[in-house]
Amino acid sequence: MEIISKIILPIFIIIIVFYGVKKKINVYDAFLEGAKEGLVTTFNIFPSVMAMIFAINIFLDSNFLSFVIKLISPMLGNITVPLEIIPMALLRPISGTASLAIMNDIFKSFGPDSFIGRLASVLQGCTDTTIYVIALYFGTVKITKIKHALWGGLFADLVGIIAAIIITNLFF
Amino acid sequence: MVGYIWAFLIGIGIIYSLLSGNINVINESILTNANEALDLILNLLPIIVLWTGILKIAEVSGLLDKFAHVLNPLLSKLFPTVPKDNKALGYISSNIAANMLGLGSAATPAGLKAMNELQKINSDKNVASPAMITFLILNTAGVTLIPTTILALRVAYNSLNPGEIILPAILATICSSVAGLTLDYFIRKRSQKWK
Repeated sequence: MEIISKIILPIFIIIIVFYGVKKKINVYDAFLEGAKEGLVTTFNIFPSVMAMIFAINIFLDSNFLSFVIKLISPMLGNITVPLEIIPMALLRPISGTASLAIMNDIFKSFGPDSFIGRLASVLQGCTDTTIYVIALYFGTVKITKIKHALWGGLFADLVGIIAAIIITNLFF
Repeated sequence: MVGYIWAFLIGIGIIYSLLSGNINVINESILTNANEALDLILNLLPIIVLWTGILKIAEVSGLLDKFAHVLNPLLSKLFPTVPKDNKALGYISSNIAANMLGLGSAATPAGLKAMNELQKINSDKNVASPAMITFLILNTAGVTLIPTTILALRVAYNSLNPGEIILPAILATICSSVAGLTLDYFIRKRSQKWK
């Protein structure tokens, strides 16, 4: 398993670069063009990252969460889910930047190689911003009755979250 | 939607810390937050620039299109209501292929074009067609093979093996996609029976 996760990235890069050379495109120029686009994209997302870090940190630093955890932990009984992951799971379908900000906070507090750090990584990687995508895609074609698209998507996310918890437990 | 949540997070945070006498912490948090946002962006910047560069090669060389082409026959099975030669299927494949490679900027335009094509063959223009719903459930499950931002942050926080989460994330995504598509399938079957 460890080997697979270590060779994915190099294999990807070698395939992409060699295919480009084979097709006789200027791979170096293409790289620079894409890299410039990446630079612009990163600068463009900075305001939203700033906004989300600001709100999430105020929320987390207020310790409101530990108050909520104290309230609900007797109800959970023996299930051992790191409760710090809950706000991330709740925000993941709404805003990718918000869940990124929480993941950043988890890495800072617990480290990326802790159980919760790995769980946060898997969670961030296994679902998308469902609510945002549905609003954008249906909005552009002016569809108002979306039937089971939203809760179907959210159901898939929920299964993803549960799968992430189980799989992280199995892998590490 | 995001606006309300943003305001809610700030509101709850400040009001709760006022009530619990924790306001010093919040004061400091407000003043240091901006720097933390800059740190986060600077952590992400190098690998995003690197990866968008690599992926541009895949886009220019036609590898992305070829990948979409491979996905096409598989994906068209999920959309029985869309005619085989419809443009929508090509756009759906491009969208999913770009998402898998973490090319969000290329995925969204293809996805929106797919929605436009699906809307053209939709019988009721106000109501989502079955194909649209299947497409969105598949899309929002979000299969990403190379999650660049996550890798970048793991590197920045000195992970011993930043890539170790790729495989678990792919497995978890498969679970959520299969669950979403299965649910969608049964709902479609049931509504057909009622008609």
